[in-house]
Amino acid sequence: MRRDLYRTMRTIRRFEEQIVDLVNTNEIAGVTHEYIGQEAVATGVCAALRDDDVITSTHRGHGHVIAKGAEVRRMMAELLGRTTGLNHARGGSMHIADVSLGIYGANGIVAAGAPIAAGAAWAGVQAGSDRVAVCFFGDGAVNQGVLHETMNMAGIWNLPVLFVCENNGYAVSFSHEEATAGSLVERAAAYGMAAERVDGMDAEAVLAAAGEAVARARSGGGPAFLECETYRFVGHHTAEATMGLGYRTDEEVERWRERDPLAVLAARMGAAEVAALDAEVEALLEEALAFARESPRPEVSSARDFVYASGLTPREGVAV
Amino acid sequence: MARMRYQQALAKALRDEMLRDPSVFVIGEDVRASLRGVTRGLAAELGEQRVVDTPISEQAFTGFAMGAALAGHRPVVEFQIPSLLFTAYEPIVNQAAKFRLMTGGQAKVPVTYVVPGSGARMGLAAQHSDHPYAMFAQAGVKTVVPATAADAYGLLVAAIRDDDPVVFFAPAAALGGREEVADDPEPIALGSGRIHREGSDVTVVAVGHLVRDALKVADTLAEEGVSVEVFDPRTVYPFDWELLRTSVAKTGRLVVFDDTNRSCGLAAEVVATAAEELAALLRSPPRRVTRADAPIPFAVELELALLPSRDQLAAAVRSVVPAKTAEEALR
Repeated sequence: MRRDLYRTMRTIRRFEEQIVDLVNTNEIAGVTHEYIGQEAVATGVCAALRDDDVITSTHRGHGHVIAKGAEVRRMMAELLGRTTGLNHARGGSMHIADVSLGIYGANGIVAAGAPIAAGAAWAGVQAGSDRVAVCFFGDGAVNQGVLHETMNMAGIWNLPVLFVCENNGYAVSFSHEEATAGSLVERAAAYGMAAERVDGMDAEAVLAAAGEAVARARSGGGPAFLECETYRFVGHHTAEATMGLGYRTDEEVERWRERDPLAVLAARMGAAEVAALDAEVEALLEEALAFARESPRPEVSSARDFVYASGLTPREGVAV
Repeated sequence: MARMRYQQALAKALRDEMLRDPSVFVIGEDVRASLRGVTRGLAAELGEQRVVDTPISEQAFTGFAMGAALAGHRPVVEFQIPSLLFTAYEPIVNQAAKFRLMTGGQAKVPVTYVVPGSGARMGLAAQHSDHPYAMFAQAGVKTVVPATAADAYGLLVAAIRDDDPVVFFAPAAALGGREEVADDPEPIALGSGRIHREGSDVTVVAVGHLVRDALKVADTLAEEGVSVEVFDPRTVYPFDWELLRTSVAKTGRLVVFDDTNRSCGLAAEVVATAAEELAALLRSPPRRVTRADAPIPFAVELELALLPSRDQLAAAVRSVVPAKTAEEALR
């Protein structure tokens, strides 16, 4: 398991580092939100899940999607805007999804995934399944009303939902201390659910806590809340590097980098084992990037495809 | 065949679909007690797992329905108040309606959002009197506004069976109307309009409860020798542009009678499309009779002053039909 956790974290880290380069060289359009520093959370939580479990993700979603098992080459193709991408070049970084793996999408609106996860969890119960749903969100989401509405609904209906708060200390530039009154764990406990704080830089600690919460939810024990204390080593998004926002100090970043989740786990492994996994990941990503680059771009004439399941095609912006 | 009220037709459609398809369930506020009468008796008959009462959490239960839909259900979300759609706009427009595009067609999101009692209702004031169907049409969400009982039945069944999100407005002013409804009616395809009355001088596009008013005005104007065709789009998005073209090709004149605001409302879209695409067929400039660009005040006479009226429609129709046409018709 430790090997698998490390391999997943390393895949996320190196995927994100490549994405930064590709955004900076304009091979990827727009901005992306990197998961660098937070790898232990997605990796630990998703290691407790089955293929039929559901997750909802955030704007910082690549890590969740990789950890839940999506094909990295098709993720890379999606970010490069290629038709072989998971979302056929319609979603990009912020909406990347693989519904067949229960990944109900990264989401551009903070906390919007929460009720979607709860609805999926409810549907699982109705179907007689013991599958669970995990809702990932950041510390910024804890002050969105819909998250609290959803936690209440999960509480009253005893739904198998795991609310995973990745507290990386900042909602963009606004610090958690400035933004949030009281304690997150106490807030969650007030909805009648099990709630605990976890070291979000240690994938094995996250897995242990998530595994317990998931097992309880599967056996009818209801929702749970995990506050994973973590940190993003890079900006809110790729563009931030050149913006000089100055909301956190270099010293603070360095202090957290000392607890790099990859290093935390590597310290428990042999150097040769780590090197072998690193090489495996490099090969995977090299192949993924080559696959993406060789894949076709979408036909401009297909820009209005995929909007409706019924086959309706939206009108064009000019009368013909 | 039975003559039933619009509201009864809605209730029958929902119950028939729930009996036919176990994946259909209804969720919303007070749906067990059924304040709007559409879900009455369903909890006792089909179980509380299929008639889900929610806390006052419109954003969450709207998003919840989407999650259930992605996991295989066909949720019907009931909103007691049309203005609640503003709170739920995000999970409908930004989440459910974009999901298929955003995922490149990976999933369908078959949710129906029903407002049994949309529009103004005499004295409910500004926050309970909206009729925001154009907002959903503008966002490209399938949107239906049935005018009659049989259409309400057929369109609700079609909406529930549709694989995309559909917003369903049942105008409060139409809920009491009666019509013959077949015992086992067919669904009505979304996007198909209905000609309620044939005419040769002017096409009146009327939406929802305004269809009945338009028919009354058509009766009055017939006595003046003006022949009005009453066209009901039934679905405001997608709109039955082909049927409108056919009607305008016959009449050459167009008046739109619409309960959304004048600015950027549904009538604005119909008139703009006619100006661009039907200009060669039009013998006079098209006109609109709409809700005013203002929130609904409390006092009933003030409310009525802002809503589109029969008198306004009659005047608009007279203004586009030359007097000689009337004289000729009377001859």
